[in-house]
Amino acid sequence: MEALTAEQSIAAITSGQTSSEELVEEALRRSEDDPWGAFLALDGERARRRAKEIDAAAERPPLAGVPIAIKDVLSTRDLETTAGSQILKGFRPLYTATCIKRLERAGAVVVGKTNMDEFAMGSSTENSSYQLTLNPWDMETVPGGSSGGSAATVAARQVPWSLGSDTGGSIRQPASLCGVVGMKPTYGAVSRYGLIAFASSLDQVGPLARTVRDSALLLSHIVGQDPRDSTSLDWWKPIEVPDTERLDGVKIGVISEMLENGIESGVKSATEAATATAAELGAEITEVSLPSSRHGIAAYYLIAPAEASANLARFDGMRYGARAAADDLLEHYERTRGEGFGPEVKRRIMLGTFALASGYYEAYYARAQRVRTLIVRDFGEAFEKVDLLLSPTSPTTAFKIGERVDDPYAMYMSDICTIPMSLAGLPAISIPCGVADGLPVGLQLTGPAFSENGLFSVAHALEQAIDFDALPETLS
Amino acid sequence: MIDPDTVRHVARLARLHLSEEEQETMREELSGILEHIEHITSLDLDDVPVTTHVVELENVLGEDVTHEELSAEEALREAPEVAGGGFSVPRMG
Amino acid sequence: MSTAVALEPVIGIEIHVQLATRTKMFCRCRLSFGDPPNTHTCPVCLAHPGVLPVVNGEAIRLGIVAALALGCEIAPRSVFHRKNYFYPDLPKAYQISQYDEPLGVNGHFSVLKPEGEFEVGITRVHLEEDAAKLLHLSSGGRRAGAEQSVVDFNRGGTPLAEIVTEPDLRSAADASEFLKQLRQTMRQLGVSDCNMEEGSMRADANVSVRPVGSTELGTKTELKNMNSFRFLERGIEAEIARQTGMLEAGERVVQETLHFDPATGELHSLRSKEEAHDYRYFPEPDLVPVVPGREWVEQIRTSLGELPVDRRRRWMNELGISYEDAEVLSETTELGAYFEDVASQVDAKSAANWIRGELRSQLKDTGDTPWESKATPERLAELIQLVTDGAIGSSAGQEVLAEVLVSGRPPAEIVDEKGLRQIQDTDALGAIVDQILADNPKETGQLKGGKQKLIGFFVGQVMKETKGSADPRKVQELIRERTG
Ligand SMILES: [Mg+2]
Ligand SMILES: [Zn+2]
Repeated sequence: MEALTAEQSIAAITSGQTSSEELVEEALRRSEDDPWGAFLALDGERARRRAKEIDAAAERPPLAGVPIAIKDVLSTRDLETTAGSQILKGFRPLYTATCIKRLERAGAVVVGKTNMDEFAMGSSTENSSYQLTLNPWDMETVPGGSSGGSAATVAARQVPWSLGSDTGGSIRQPASLCGVVGMKPTYGAVSRYGLIAFASSLDQVGPLARTVRDSALLLSHIVGQDPRDSTSLDWWKPIEVPDTERLDGVKIGVISEMLENGIESGVKSATEAATATAAELGAEITEVSLPSSRHGIAAYYLIAPAEASANLARFDGMRYGARAAADDLLEHYERTRGEGFGPEVKRRIMLGTFALASGYYEAYYARAQRVRTLIVRDFGEAFEKVDLLLSPTSPTTAFKIGERVDDPYAMYMSDICTIPMSLAGLPAISIPCGVADGLPVGLQLTGPAFSENGLFSVAHALEQAIDFDALPETLS
Repeated sequence: MIDPDTVRHVARLARLHLSEEEQETMREELSGILEHIEHITSLDLDDVPVTTHVVELENVLGEDVTHEELSAEEALREAPEVAGGGFSVPRMG
Repeated sequence: MSTAVALEPVIGIEIHVQLATRTKMFCRCRLSFGDPPNTHTCPVCLAHPGVLPVVNGEAIRLGIVAALALGCEIAPRSVFHRKNYFYPDLPKAYQISQYDEPLGVNGHFSVLKPEGEFEVGITRVHLEEDAAKLLHLSSGGRRAGAEQSVVDFNRGGTPLAEIVTEPDLRSAADASEFLKQLRQTMRQLGVSDCNMEEGSMRADANVSVRPVGSTELGTKTELKNMNSFRFLERGIEAEIARQTGMLEAGERVVQETLHFDPATGELHSLRSKEEAHDYRYFPEPDLVPVVPGREWVEQIRTSLGELPVDRRRRWMNELGISYEDAEVLSETTELGAYFEDVASQVDAKSAANWIRGELRSQLKDTGDTPWESKATPERLAELIQLVTDGAIGSSAGQEVLAEVLVSGRPPAEIVDEKGLRQIQDTDALGAIVDQILADNPKETGQLKGGKQKLIGFFVGQVMKETKGSADPRKVQELIRERTG
């Protein structure tokens, strides 16, 4: 059976060619056969029941019963949710995340939970405390991270689309490495209620899909203000599924810092080719500088760990999760957390605690927050000149499993192109723009806050023109 | 750059048990990371305000109306140890 | 330090009051007291993974009420921070609190005393959430150390206003009086029920001692969680005595946190935690700033009405009632209003006496409050007027009041029906007095000779003759006239 996109699936169900039940069954079959290790848990029984209900309903919901996979960082009632961590092994949440509730109401069927770096901390999914996820393009390479499972499952055609979360690039970078579309909305666009927090001021939920149109469709069903998330925004205009073909008059700024050293030549040439394609479609191309973006990594690796150190303090083995044997309270805390968290999580908690500790706060955390202001200003100035910004998504294509695990900072550099947008809360999308040495390259487009529709339009036009139709080797 | 005492102090603040070996690895890794980050300490940022939120919202206030609560069984369902209707706490030294 | 140097105590108070909202500070679970453990929780107040706080708007309003009543400036923008520390009663391992941008700052609160008033500076008023409750289960008491603690999250997340004073208090009695009047204010404005036993008002005291005249502060200690006015007063007194003794003996006071044991009257040092506190405050990214806006603040200010302290001061200055009467009558808003109503119709002092005296004692049996009783302010005023005018005697007044409380009928009607009206007619009374004097020549002679004690005897005789319907004051007057 050919793997349909979400849009095609909805059309096929609506026209009676197939049913939700059939598509969910097929998705479950493909997901059970999971040589890539994309899934941590499947929810077959409930998914089949939901599909039946949708098929039997008098009126078909907009998403028609299309299957979807969810990053294990989102809370799903009664379905094990671990955020990739041993400290949450066996944990069955008491509630469902707002974005998933919205998707289910719109007729999406959750088939399972995807693998990820523990608490979304990582860029390769190697920090999952459960399993590796392999890149469907080359099973010796990583799928990127932290939403590696959500990217791999879409690339491997197990499900047409999935949800991920992006704190510093965790949707866009794996999308780039797996040759799929990944989108991080404007901060506040999607409710974070039910998203297990990593860095609260940066975290956003977003779609991973095979097409830009599917990404827009998925996003359109999860945006909007949620009374349970005080930082969520009232989304006054609907997200539209794009059909643009030309880019006449669109001003695109190529971020000069992101074509400098550290960017692989294959990535650079694919990015340049995509830029040329944009020009052919009528876009005006200029070069734009974001001078403070080179401090992005530094600011990010102070702010995100600082917030994480507080967000992860609740994992204490008293109300839920794993609990270590101990003789007294202090030992209980230290053992439970020392044994429950993996090395990268501990590293970031340490870094964040350090950055906030008395005597260091001003030098580190407060400075990082000021640098953040400079980065926000840089983007503001850039968007006075151009409509959107273009850059690679990741400085490299998928790297070998194990290649960066012993060098935390090398791993952190994986997000050098995606972090500034996160710090500024801006929407950004990664689309596949070519292949380098057999591995996909992602192109990142960034817009001003709330420019989702414009971003999707440009991404769609470019996607059509680039016509990226390569299939992962493991599937062909 | 980070000494062993600082590692121990921060680990205690964060309630993380680290073996001797982990402490040393942590010290090296944190020092390495901070070396890469250090350059922001030399930036002139005196006149730059902090950004704590990128959304410009204010006064997001909930109504004082009760919502659905969990039953005691549900509340305790995921707890590793319970006693007397409560979440059991390790011996408080 | 020489004992010749006089020492003075310097005291500041930190008060936590539970705000009288229906629901918690950051989730909409019901506030409760005494319910079975963990029956008012949700994923938010249990700090389950992925949950987010949402500020209770009513808590902000009550916080502004409290801050305004304490004379504070309302910050144009206030921000919540995370205060990080690990403890089983703090499920997120951080308390959402306000730090460098609190709701209210720079206030002052006047405290009335019989000999005058004094002012206490209010450093700040900020909002935060309460911790949960640790319950200690006993395992039958067989082995020491076998008892177990569990957490009950019903209280976890209750909205609190934390009020911090300047070190302006100079005695334990003043501290206690300040707290009493603060409680009265918070109660009457509906901010909190301030029940110290149930823990809805908790106070910590910072105490130091210094030479009189010195402007520097001595080393302070912190007395934690005293749950009654008496314990607060005794605790502070004990600590002042301890510090004074140390200074006089040339010892140094060590900064520490103390617990006062009311049973033994002793102060115990609370063992300090494993490491110095480092709360790693940082702005709460899950919440946005609170910007109350001038209009809202002014609307709240207008809604406050007259503050209890201002009302008491006015009663004393303008109505001439005593400190004690004002204190008692201002206890609740309703009683105050009742009193004011009565006092607007008759002499204020008589009103105060009647309400505090006869009315209160008669109502003890029924348990009714004055304002709910059948003795409406009009009825009571009518009754007081009858007595003041001498139309009835005070014991008749008591009888009439009892009847008013039962039937609510007009006192004059009851007086007439029961024939309680006093003989006011001077001629008629005079004739009776003359008769009695004549009937008792020996005593009359002694009275005229200066044996004043006999006045009572004659008054009694007249009252007996008139079957109690004479105004004893008038009778006395007439006897004096005739024997003086
Ligand atoms: Mg406090
Ligand atoms: Zn709750």
